[in-house]
Amino acid sequence: MGKFEGYRGTFRCVDNRWLGTDEAKELHEVEGVELHNVHEHDAVIVGAGLAGMYAALEVKKAGFDVAVLTKVFPTRSHSGAAQGGIAAALANLEEDHIEWHFYDTVKGSDFLGDQDAIELMVREAPLVIFEYEHMGVPFSRTPEGKIMQRYFGGHVKDFGRGKPVLRACMAADRTGHVLLHTLWEQCVKLGVRFYSEYYVLSLIITDGHCQGVVAWDLINGGIHVFHAKATCFATGGYGRAYKITTNSHANTADGVAMVLEAGLPLEDMEFVQFHPTGIAKQGILISEAARGEGGYLINDKGERFMERYAPDKMELAPRDIISRSMWTEFLEGRGIGGERVIHLDLRHLGADKIKERLPQIRELAMKFAGVDPIDEPIPIQPTAHYSMGGIPTDINCRVLGDGKEQWVRGFWAAGECACVSVHGANRLGTNSLLDASVHGKRAGRDIVEYLSVVECFEPLPVDCARKAVDRVNWILKADGPERPSELREILQDNMYELCGVFRNEEDLTKMYDIIKDLQKRYQNIHIEDKSKVFNTHLMEALELGHLLEVAEVIVAGALNRTECRGAHWRTDCPGRDDENWLKHTLAWKTEEGVEFDYKPVVITRFIPEVRKY
Amino acid sequence: MAEYIFRVFRYDPEKDEGTRGRVQEYKIGVERGWTVLDALNYIKWHVDGSLAYRRACRHGICGSCGMTINGKNTIACEQQVADLGTQVVTVEPLRGFRVIKDLIVDMEPFYDKLYAIKPYLIAYSDPPTDKERLQSPEDRKLLDGKYECILCGCCTSSCPTYWADKEFLGPNALMKAARFAVDSRDEGWEERVNAIDDKHGVWRCHTIFNCVEACPKELNATRAIVELRRLMLKGRL
Repeated sequence: MGKFEGYRGTFRCVDNRWLGTDEAKELHEVEGVELHNVHEHDAVIVGAGLAGMYAALEVKKAGFDVAVLTKVFPTRSHSGAAQGGIAAALANLEEDHIEWHFYDTVKGSDFLGDQDAIELMVREAPLVIFEYEHMGVPFSRTPEGKIMQRYFGGHVKDFGRGKPVLRACMAADRTGHVLLHTLWEQCVKLGVRFYSEYYVLSLIITDGHCQGVVAWDLINGGIHVFHAKATCFATGGYGRAYKITTNSHANTADGVAMVLEAGLPLEDMEFVQFHPTGIAKQGILISEAARGEGGYLINDKGERFMERYAPDKMELAPRDIISRSMWTEFLEGRGIGGERVIHLDLRHLGADKIKERLPQIRELAMKFAGVDPIDEPIPIQPTAHYSMGGIPTDINCRVLGDGKEQWVRGFWAAGECACVSVHGANRLGTNSLLDASVHGKRAGRDIVEYLSVVECFEPLPVDCARKAVDRVNWILKADGPERPSELREILQDNMYELCGVFRNEEDLTKMYDIIKDLQKRYQNIHIEDKSKVFNTHLMEALELGHLLEVAEVIVAGALNRTECRGAHWRTDCPGRDDENWLKHTLAWKTEEGVEFDYKPVVITRFIPEVRKY
Repeated sequence: MAEYIFRVFRYDPEKDEGTRGRVQEYKIGVERGWTVLDALNYIKWHVDGSLAYRRACRHGICGSCGMTINGKNTIACEQQVADLGTQVVTVEPLRGFRVIKDLIVDMEPFYDKLYAIKPYLIAYSDPPTDKERLQSPEDRKLLDGKYECILCGCCTSSCPTYWADKEFLGPNALMKAARFAVDSRDEGWEERVNAIDDKHGVWRCHTIFNCVEACPKELNATRAIVELRRLMLKGRL
């Protein structure tokens, strides 16, 4: 089997099928699942955002049979909500270098990002952007007809020493939307098989080998088994653990929770990015593009308060720093009207620039904050936005069973659900679309390589769907006193207060106890829809289960890491502590709680230094 | 907080099969700034967990929550309750599509129309290696008002022509065709024109303009259809 070590046994294959009478029967027999609901595909991708669809395209292009499972129709995925841009050092408008992008990403990560992975990503960035353009993405254009680029926080010239650089490739302020729709168009063109509105329930992993997933068909109801040689998670983040979030209702930690449940570790889960400019009280994203185009942040006294915190880069400092600065303003009583609100002022940009470059932001401000940014500032507050941590993978997106080097054969992860780690302790704006695209593509390519060596489907364990079937049946029959929505609200309210922009031991301990209590109460839930067809209440209950499991790991990780780094800021710790904490956290769920291990950060070029903007 | 009555269409295929569905009333308090989606979420989370509807991004970009509110198609997440101007709000599934459950409709026929027009860039000439194709800002501007579609279905569902002719490609698919027709990089006109130059294609549109009124993104599908017709006539001359 060449390079795929750990591949055991010998197989007799004819027409891609397992041979031998008994085994052949076994192939399709899964307890509790009807025969016609057992599907077989070379590769199964879970999630249809940028990472998932990019991976699917690569696999399909190579001629393999690929299926994409998604809980929403592909173009409803949350990648589409990204607004500002996708980073690549194209130098279309001014001098820029891949090395500068490399440095900025490392510094932005507060030196926790793995530099081998970051270097790969920034090198492949221009190629991915060109490929997107060739697919038909309607990028905005420079006067010469090249792809238009804009400023974004943390992206600067000359290894952090220079002025901001035009690096974010853009399509007005709908960049995520056009990338998502274009990828979907390409998938349609090539005939990628989509299973839309299928909600994946569990992984099929035995002896460190992944053979697919078990899913619930939302539309018709019913358990399906997807038997695959290669399985790739591209399931996104978990912003819905927080009350104020930019994230879609669908971002409920599903993929990462299933990984935990399979006994695998998660990496760096304590790092959750708060985006500084969410519409007040709702969290809806106002893109960093608003500041990239020159927007000001103003406190109750009318000051551009960033002067105090990042005198050089001002409003273009990275997100973690601005969110903390805003929170400090709140604590010191300078929020607008004494509330947790800051004003994002775009008025000086003028009506024309706002209409041309930030049309969607204007629309959002008018529809959700009731203000026209041409005439009034937008009320904003920090909002849970992105999870830097996730499923540990190597640079080829293979999921690591021990978090370090041992691959769970047949299992990949890419995008926000994965932790390669390219974002370390804090992600720079426009690097998320890039990460999802580059690693989606990389995962796809690696899957192709694997599939061209591995010819057979190995028999499924007959009981592989049992846990999923049991769980669905339990929730459908459960008649306890607790309402899932009430438990979820308690979790979300408290996570924002106790495990948010600033953290300390007392708050985190309190939060941990709250989660433990909620997990107990979760055992006594009931749902009000007992039917099979499109049971959204069942889905909400399952999602809550995932959120509760993952929130525990976030909080435990935050308690465990006694330092300040990137998005993780402990007010009871003096600062960044490279001596003890320049390392990745690996966390497992056990009966006793969360267990930790660590692995070193890969440092190839840039030695950690003080991070100042 | 103001009191509102939400009259919501309900249909459970396991109980209501053979019926035309029913209407359920929910009397709830609505806070300032709430959208119809916020109100539906409130009902689902605090009053009746069995209510079924689609939702995702909740800020008008994913297109999941298209529905008919007080008789008008829109996405629920962008419709402020206070702007409706009535204390009684009716919420129904998008018409023209089969109801699966409550406010959830079967969108497959809608997507099928899109597939029919080959909804992707078709370019035979090879793109430059490791470079973007060039496109002037003026050429790029031609796409404005066509590429922003979120596939919510509000337009096609509001189209009387579509109600009468379920084979009609509908405003959404035709606008998508126009988006590629005017893209300076696209060479697929010949491949696409057969599908749209058809009695169920551009000529079926009666310029009723319902789709324009229904579009939450304020796109003008009727104008796009007229542009396609013009291109077609030009091709015949």
